[in-house]
Amino acid sequence: MAEAYDILIIGGGPGGYVCAIRAAQLGLKTAVVEREHLGGICLNWGCIPTKALLRTAEIFHYANRAKDYGLTLEGKMSFDPAAVVKRSRGVSGQLNAGVGFLMKKNKIDVIWGEASVTKPGEVKVSAPNKQAVLPQHPQPKGTLGEGTYQAKNIIVATGARPRVLPGIEPDGKLIWTYFEAMKPDTFPKSLIVMGSGAIGIEFASFYRTMGAEVTVVELLPQVLPVEDAEIAGLARKRFEKQGMKILTATKVTKVEKGADSVTATVEDDKGNKQTLKADRIISAVGVVGNIENLGLEKLGVKTDRGCVVIDGLGRTNVPGIYAIGDVAGPPMLAHKAEHEGVICVEAIKGLKPHPMDKLKIPGCTYCHPQIASVGLTEAKAKEAGYTVKVGRFPFVGNGKAIALGEPEGLVKTVFDAKTGRLLGAHMVGAEVTELIQGYVVAMNLETTEEELMHTVFPHPTLSEMMHESVLDAYGRAIHT
Amino acid sequence: MPVNILMPALSPTMEKGNLAKWLKKEGDTIKSGDVLAEIETDKATMEVEAIDEGILARIVVPEGTSDVPVNDLIAIIASEGEDPKAIKAESGKAAPARKQEPAPAPEMPKAEPKAEPKSDAQPAPPAVAAPAAAAPAAPAASHDGDRVFASPLARRVASQAGIDISRVTGSGPHGRIVLADVEAAKSGAPLAAPAAAPAAGKPAPIAPPSDDKIKALFEPGSYEEVPHDNMRKVIARRLTEAKSTIPHFYLTMDCEIDALLKLRAEINAAAPHDKDGKPAYKVSVNDMVIKALALALARVPEANVSWTENAMLKHKHADVGVAVSIPGGLITPVVRQAETKSLSAISNEMKDFAARAKARKLKPEEYQGGSSAVSNLGMFGVKDFAAVINPPHATILAVGAGESRAVVKGGQVVAATVMSCTLSTDHRAVDGALGAELLAAFKRLIEKPMAMLV
Repeated sequence: MAEAYDILIIGGGPGGYVCAIRAAQLGLKTAVVEREHLGGICLNWGCIPTKALLRTAEIFHYANRAKDYGLTLEGKMSFDPAAVVKRSRGVSGQLNAGVGFLMKKNKIDVIWGEASVTKPGEVKVSAPNKQAVLPQHPQPKGTLGEGTYQAKNIIVATGARPRVLPGIEPDGKLIWTYFEAMKPDTFPKSLIVMGSGAIGIEFASFYRTMGAEVTVVELLPQVLPVEDAEIAGLARKRFEKQGMKILTATKVTKVEKGADSVTATVEDDKGNKQTLKADRIISAVGVVGNIENLGLEKLGVKTDRGCVVIDGLGRTNVPGIYAIGDVAGPPMLAHKAEHEGVICVEAIKGLKPHPMDKLKIPGCTYCHPQIASVGLTEAKAKEAGYTVKVGRFPFVGNGKAIALGEPEGLVKTVFDAKTGRLLGAHMVGAEVTELIQGYVVAMNLETTEEELMHTVFPHPTLSEMMHESVLDAYGRAIHT
Repeated sequence: MPVNILMPALSPTMEKGNLAKWLKKEGDTIKSGDVLAEIETDKATMEVEAIDEGILARIVVPEGTSDVPVNDLIAIIASEGEDPKAIKAESGKAAPARKQEPAPAPEMPKAEPKAEPKSDAQPAPPAVAAPAAAAPAAPAASHDGDRVFASPLARRVASQAGIDISRVTGSGPHGRIVLADVEAAKSGAPLAAPAAAPAAGKPAPIAPPSDDKIKALFEPGSYEEVPHDNMRKVIARRLTEAKSTIPHFYLTMDCEIDALLKLRAEINAAAPHDKDGKPAYKVSVNDMVIKALALALARVPEANVSWTENAMLKHKHADVGVAVSIPGGLITPVVRQAETKSLSAISNEMKDFAARAKARKLKPEEYQGGSSAVSNLGMFGVKDFAAVINPPHATILAVGAGESRAVVKGGQVVAATVMSCTLSTDHRAVDGALGAELLAAFKRLIEKPMAMLV
């Protein structure tokens, strides 16, 4: 029998493959089981290819505003959907191959197939039985195949898939999930987006920028429900100014399919009904963990609302079985999965990592305008009993923002008045997804307002707004 | 170009030191190689030599200043042709404001030669101006002035809760104290120093009685107050730490040393003499004890260890520390790989160590590390005692006086020279039977000392 692995990871997504590399760095004999695509949804059908699409939308947006910058573009700006999608797939393909290379470089075995845990310490791999989403990137070379594998520690990193609402099951033609929304043959002229989380809003923003009539239907009273209410409110205004139609506190009760269109019946919280007609509807009502067919029930691994229950170090209730990433619960973000994977293997190795602190996980949404945040919203901070100091700084007060032609946006900071702890930071506006990390580092190093105030921010940059927002929380902002 | 003289690092781990003495004064001509000043660290005193030539234009840090951070400007040398007076003024203004904290109040006495625990007080150049009203949190300094690594938030929350941050155990990277550690301390997690019975309500950190409280017990004027030097502070800190964190137990054996004394006399009698008639070596009983302990450690390797939280360090050689009493304290230089060294080599090495220890010229690497130690008070007539383990050692051997005692042999009372030895043992690293095995191996070597020569 082959030598047992120290670590066997089920799932080669961002959680799984990063976890595998960290394990290999720690000298552990490591394998990853993957059934469809290294890099997971993130790299193949999520984070990365959508960023490629949104980049196209961004350039299109600026090209249409060329005049504002003193440029003249002759003729009408147009696009080729096939070429747009092809670029997005190409970006994904390049990174997918890169993960394969990283596995090889780190001497991590990749086992191609469907895994199930037969007992603690043993995993059976059979041929993939899931219909791969097409087009599929080529399978990496040199993978192992079906068989029974021994592993001292098994980490479940199987990710998540789109949540399906009964009666509104995606059909791949008229009712889309993110898979279809990412590779359309033609761009719809009109679109309904169910759900205004990151996925829903990014597609709404992309298709609106590309010219579609877009209606977003959100069950909760706020778009981008996890974001700070003030930030989400500002974003909503911008979306509406761009011509997006937004219905909050509203649910889709029925979808009727036509030949090449859909008719959705929606109902708000006061019982008012209306029907919406559109070419396509995207179901973006969240994701659910892939916990099935892994043998977890038989082993008695505890799950809760479709996710494996873990502690801060990735341990399930069954010794030797761990879980990380989407399958281990929200927030379902690639970087959360990666970090959980690292913590998990470091704990297995006997290092003493701090458990995952979910308050320090940033979130980014790449719609136009961008949204980025970390920590507690103002409302959540108050709910938690903090007396808060809130700082705000608008883009219009920042020189770089004006020069960029992006004078709309806000940087908001929430401090604990008693200790000066940065509880949360929330931003809307140009490039904020690249800014938020400054605050994340500050939170992770546990700075107080004082260190942030004493930090020199380069001029002229958008980051100066981060400084000003902190100063504003203490009544010291300069440019307001 | 004036040359800046910076506080040197005498060892890789040194972060600050005391400026013990200036051997040159302002205006003196400096030649390369001249000794400018003496720097005192935990246990050693080292000299700062000039590399450049010129005139000592300005002494920035006066002698007697404690806890001068490594790389801080301590003096300025004017090169040839430069006017030292001009440099004085100029560099007074440009004196390095390394720290952003406001300078201590101007009326603060310039550099009291006293080591106060809170003295992050780098004596400020007089030119630096007024104290700020609200001083930012000073970097927390532990009782002995070592830097405490803690996040700003952890510091602030600790100070709000009245917790001495230096006593919180850090769980962050490299032991950095983070908020979670302070929160844990707030909710009752043990602090680093021994805590008394938990008080009702929130556990206040237990500190030893204040200096003033102790002084109040004595008539004013009935004592002389001698401030602690660094060595005293280090001894206090390390031994408090050792005695309160290491679970000690003690094993005593009596060793007959008549054979050893005889062998020693023979060895010394056989020493070749140089042309002045001085013998090449003079082996002491203590040298033979060092060798015997080293060989015993080599024979019982399980006891030749150091405890760490995560693992046992099993040493490949027996590095034996030897407590050397010096004026004002003691220091424990380490005889490396003592199991491989001849008695004469050990003897000569110890003589060198003792001489340099008394002059406080030992280098840190000469007194750090080791897996066991010898502490010998036999020369004072002490019959038997128990020593405090000096971490990272797992054991320490306390050696009493060799004295003529009545022993029973074959049913007869006879006289023998007996030396009582007590092994203090860290129970985390060495259990009772193992400690006994080590001590028995030692006793065999001491009683049959020829075995040490083969």
